[in-house]
Amino acid sequence: MHPAVEVHDAVAVLGGFPALAGADLTVARHEILLVRGPNGAGKTTLLRVLAGLVPLSRGRAEVLGFDVTTQRPDVRARVGLLGHANGLYGELTVRENVEFWAAAVGASGSETDAVLRRFALSGRLADIHAHRLSAGQRRRTALACLMARRAEVWLLDEPHAGLDATGRDDLDQALVEARDAGATILVASHELERAGRLATREVEVVGGVVRPIS
Amino acid sequence: MSASIERMSQRRRVVMRIAAKDLRIEIRSRIIANQVLPFAGLVLVLFAFALDVESVMNRVAPGLVWLAAVFSLFFLVQRSYALETADGALDALRVSGVDLGAVFLGKALALMVQLFVLVVLLAAGAVLLYRAEIRSEGVVLLVTTVILATAGMSAVGTLYGGLSAGAKGRETLLPLLLTPVVAPVLIAAARATEAALGTAGTATGDGWPWVGLLGTFAVVFGVVGTVAFGPLIEE
Repeated sequence: MHPAVEVHDAVAVLGGFPALAGADLTVARHEILLVRGPNGAGKTTLLRVLAGLVPLSRGRAEVLGFDVTTQRPDVRARVGLLGHANGLYGELTVRENVEFWAAAVGASGSETDAVLRRFALSGRLADIHAHRLSAGQRRRTALACLMARRAEVWLLDEPHAGLDATGRDDLDQALVEARDAGATILVASHELERAGRLATREVEVVGGVVRPIS
Repeated sequence: MSASIERMSQRRRVVMRIAAKDLRIEIRSRIIANQVLPFAGLVLVLFAFALDVESVMNRVAPGLVWLAAVFSLFFLVQRSYALETADGALDALRVSGVDLGAVFLGKALALMVQLFVLVVLLAAGAVLLYRAEIRSEGVVLLVTTVILATAGMSAVGTLYGGLSAGAKGRETLLPLLLTPVVAPVLIAAARATEAALGTAGTATGDGWPWVGLLGTFAVVFGVVGTVAFGPLIEE
């Protein structure tokens, strides 16, 4: 079985600058990997390469055995990228947002209900418009959308940013739920203590190169 | 063969989901009902005041209705993409691997429905304000014209809306890009509508060649949009 993520000698150049400079990384399925490193080190670029948004100028990267350069549609059907925006429609309710993404991949209504329950979004909360939610609830709904569309590899860029303590706890709980449901999760974060507690393994990106942390 | 049928079925599902989502959001937010329609109505009223001669108003009514529709198209397209960019939904769609050609068709379909309703209401306004008369022999031509013109305007609006969605100054860039491209629809729709209404003694039959142009425009931009939308959004 292929690993969830395999990156070998990856070089990605952004604006003439090598944001990734020969990165190597292997992530097993069902891991929660914390990707740490200073600003501008290449964490976001690494995630965007894996989502097929940034092309490689050298090396290769695979997600679940699919090459991000030559098999981009197969990769994108399996990854979910969550950056600073949540990708929600404010005028739709929580349930409608989740249903929208579920329907886009042909998932059934019962799957939507299961996802809502798993992320503690069922009941009254499911019928609230997304623009009325707290930041933490919006993040949780965005994660539920990733699960609803059956993303198998989650790429989360600073997911704790802008959340209060309760929102962060909710998010951590949601990530554990997602991992238990079969997702592999890469978290780029500066919240080292919190994300470190959550992670099964940590790596550091420095100068576009991935280094293991023992 | 079965893979092809599955792909078609998946595309149809995405088209309907996107269109239903856009229409549902519009019904809830009432931006068109409360802002775009009053704006288009004001355009008609102001033209009526500016012209103020019944014979002239009657003569130019078809053109003014379609001009108001084109002005409204700018707002509708910007609104359509504001939904997608407000919280990064367009990026999420892009990364999700959803068929972007289907996203184009779904958004164009929703836009067409909104534009169709708007033009019907504007036409009713023109009957009241400009004393335009709808002849029974022109009804089929008029309905066909409205369907094809709104389809063409929606297709080209959705395509150029996607093109300008991520650009700086998109609010002003969109009308600049869209106006020259949509001009043939404005002209053809106005001529066909004149024929349907019998403006200045025009025969109904004179409108059908213009309808052919509208149909060609709608098909060309529908196909081009379906093919080009994905690469444009990726860029």
